[in-house]
Amino acid sequence: MNDFSYVQAASAKEATTLHKDTPAAAYYAGGTTLLDLMKSNLAAPPQLIDINPLPLATIEQTSEGLRIGALARMSDVGEHPLVVQGYPAVSQSLLLAASPQLRNMASIGGNLLQRTRCGYFRDAAFPCNKRVPGSGCPAIAGDNHNLAILGVSESCIANAYPGDLAVALAALDAVLTLENQKGKQRRVPITEFYLLPGKTPQKETVLEPGELIVAVTIPAAAHARQSTYLKVRERASYAYALASAAVGLDVQGGTIRAARVALGGVGAQPWRSREAEKVLVGQPASEATFRAAAAAALRGARPQSENAYKVELAQNTLVRALQQVAA
Amino acid sequence: MQSDSLPAANTPQPADDSRRSFMKQAGGILGFALAVPLAGPAEALAARTQVAAGPGSVTLRLNGQPTTLTLEPRTTLLDALREHLDLTGTKKGCDHGQCGACTVHVDGRRTLACLTLAVAAQGKEITTIEGLATGSELHPMQAAFLKHDGFQCGYCTPGQIMSAVACVKEGHASTDDQCREWMSGNLCRCGAYPNILAAVREVASQSAKG
Repeated sequence: MNDFSYVQAASAKEATTLHKDTPAAAYYAGGTTLLDLMKSNLAAPPQLIDINPLPLATIEQTSEGLRIGALARMSDVGEHPLVVQGYPAVSQSLLLAASPQLRNMASIGGNLLQRTRCGYFRDAAFPCNKRVPGSGCPAIAGDNHNLAILGVSESCIANAYPGDLAVALAALDAVLTLENQKGKQRRVPITEFYLLPGKTPQKETVLEPGELIVAVTIPAAAHARQSTYLKVRERASYAYALASAAVGLDVQGGTIRAARVALGGVGAQPWRSREAEKVLVGQPASEATFRAAAAAALRGARPQSENAYKVELAQNTLVRALQQVAA
Repeated sequence: MQSDSLPAANTPQPADDSRRSFMKQAGGILGFALAVPLAGPAEALAARTQVAAGPGSVTLRLNGQPTTLTLEPRTTLLDALREHLDLTGTKKGCDHGQCGACTVHVDGRRTLACLTLAVAAQGKEITTIEGLATGSELHPMQAAFLKHDGFQCGYCTPGQIMSAVACVKEGHASTDDQCREWMSGNLCRCGAYPNILAAVREVASQSAKG
């Protein structure tokens, strides 16, 4: 790890002001992503601004839905009764991720900003357009079995967000509250927070320099209470998703009144599929409907040399998740 | 809550000698801010905020005892334990948060020492494998690992035991499947998993009875 200075911030204002003074500084919350990147020489901030003293770890019901402070820990959110009861897909996405130790450490804000597990990004010996813009993408002709098939570009085929939580949040219309260096807050739907790689895969989110994620709000809804997160991976536990599905359904009298669908592991970003939702709404909650929705969700897939299996895997994952929620 | 022991927003820093002495004032900025009462917010903040750079004093509450060390901000809790305190029970496996060999308890929660900065762990209660036994009496989990032969080479064992103690305390060891899932952050290359499972489950069932 590079040498760096360390400072604790007591408020969001203080944190963002410190960041303004040292623009290359990094915020330190759980540290699980940041220190890993620093030890791999993929990040070398000259200063860490410890934001853990900020009062942003509250989980509370508000008139707009469930508000989760960005410094709440994955384990605390995943097992919180309000989350378990009102947003099971969110709870499951958290408790199926990482390990108990990492979940005790990792913050919600940090989780949303984790970096891709693409091996070429992670190994500084290789070119990577995300790490060194313009250097090339060896994954396109290389080991891409775990990379994305939706939303990819000629510059990058990584699943930029490899985790689970943002997939569930994308399905359930979560909104992020961000605070910038002027102390101004803005709200961004998580479906607009992540950017597709296009020609600029180094730019992954709409966050401005120094801007902090301070909270996540998830609207309450029948389809949120009837939601699930299904994760398919190479091991039964403690692995990233090859494909995952977060789904929420409101079924009345056998007919789907509302549907929410997002896929993980297959998209260049957490992949909300409004195409699948359109197929589902107004139709009977049957396997035929679910199959048609899954086909719609993967219609734009661009499989790479080693990951064509993900087209079928993602469809089957989605169908099974829908069956579980409808049952 | 991570922030229980830390000052609330906008309150003055309490006099804390250990922390104070560690934090180096950014040279000159304080004087500047005092000399110019109308300094902008950035200068005012810099005057209040203590930036640690280079080796400095870090005080950890370790196995019930305050322990003061001279550490760089980049020193992980794991390296502080092993390289500076010779507490080598906590093991360095992957050093990237993937294997669980460095599991310790921070404020009672199982935590990876390799991804924790020592400077940021000040003010928290840290328990390592060395702090688990009571005198010469082994912790029930240590005894159960011996009884069930829950190891072969032993390298992952301290992390397994620290994780297992927390797993039982959390209530995540009530069935074999649940225990396997909630112990999945601790890898064992020798494959002692069946015996580890037996040890954890035995302690969990004793805890449930007791």
